[in-house]
Amino acid sequence: MAEQPGDSGSLNIYVRRRERESITTAPNRSPDDQQPAWREDFPIDWPQDQYVERRDFMKFLVLTSAALTVGQVWIIGQNWLRRRRGLPEVRRVASLSEIPTGASLVFQYPGELDNCVLIRLSERDLVAYSQKCTHLSCAVIPEPGQGVLRCPCHDGYFDLRSGDPKAGPPRRPLPRITLDVRGQDIYATGVEMRTT
Amino acid sequence: MAKPDNLHFFIDPNRCIGCQACLQACTECDTHRGESMIHLEYIDRAESVQTVPVVCMHCEQPTCAEVCPADAIKRTGDGIVQSARKPRCIACGNCVVACPFGVPELYEDRKIMMKCDMCYDRTSLGKKPMCATVCPSQALFFGTREEIEQLRPMSVPVNQFQFGLQTITTQVYMMAPRALATRAAYVDVTAAMSEHASSRAVTLKVIPSSTGTAADIASDDPFAGVEV
Repeated sequence: MAEQPGDSGSLNIYVRRRERESITTAPNRSPDDQQPAWREDFPIDWPQDQYVERRDFMKFLVLTSAALTVGQVWIIGQNWLRRRRGLPEVRRVASLSEIPTGASLVFQYPGELDNCVLIRLSERDLVAYSQKCTHLSCAVIPEPGQGVLRCPCHDGYFDLRSGDPKAGPPRRPLPRITLDVRGQDIYATGVEMRTT
Repeated sequence: MAKPDNLHFFIDPNRCIGCQACLQACTECDTHRGESMIHLEYIDRAESVQTVPVVCMHCEQPTCAEVCPADAIKRTGDGIVQSARKPRCIACGNCVVACPFGVPELYEDRKIMMKCDMCYDRTSLGKKPMCATVCPSQALFFGTREEIEQLRPMSVPVNQFQFGLQTITTQVYMMAPRALATRAAYVDVTAAMSEHASSRAVTLKVIPSSTGTAADIASDDPFAGVEV
């Protein structure tokens, strides 16, 4: 099993069994070519762990630049698709008599799952915003008394007149729904996405 | 920088007096201030006051590194098994369970495993590890093979340990009595666990010199062969 340490003073146990760069001797002590393939990927020795092959480095470069290029193309494609889709349809939201001054109303626009909130600030002053908080998409609650829209999740506040963020984590204004009053009916005519 | 190939670490449990100087010295090291990486173990506390210092043995087949799921334990080219790499260690404690010598320790508060690395900051410059510099009885010795042969003629270094079916070759040497080491060239640790001393008698022997026979010296020395 083990070689006998010589008693003449020339102890061969000091001789290094392993080359500095050789792969780790497995616990079962079988030679390197009988080891499973994963052993080469998880070397125990520091020099091998730090070693990056030229081919691996080239792979990294090519794949990373390919991913960046694909990302750019995807963004351009999304922009093109959005422009092609055009404006959402004009839809009747409510009649003026349904919503007294200082009250609010939740409606769906442009899709069935896109909740928006309509607020009547004064007799002729109506605003509507998407209800999704720009931080983490919680539903904002209008508080006309304070002149704000409040997001209860992380205490975010938006200005009621402009939809701009006032306090808390949100950094972007709420998407504004453009409105049109025709006679006694309120119509939603589009969504104004804003970044600042 | 790496540990010089001609310098080795020798542990001589026979000489350990349990003074805990190594623990204090290890605690003062700046790379892990306040924590001792060396363990001082009682062999059989109910029966004896004999202690043994336990440092990392730096195995050629490091079980701790074999079982690490995060690939955090690495060995440098000079054979030193380094402490867990901070960005990789997930503090799972596999190495703590796996190490046959019981060296690695998990620091749950810091989410890291830390273990003895033979004071790599010192030994890579050719200096002695902290514990070996302070050990008053030189149970922990760091030096060349020529030095240890000259200082301990009655002992031979052994670096093979048998744990059940697993044989481990280590970078750190354990000094074993010459008579025993020539019989078996490795330390069978699992067999030793169930072994009990046959008697508590200790025999003092003197070192045989080349000038006279061992018997001559034994007759001169009043303590030779005295059973304590």
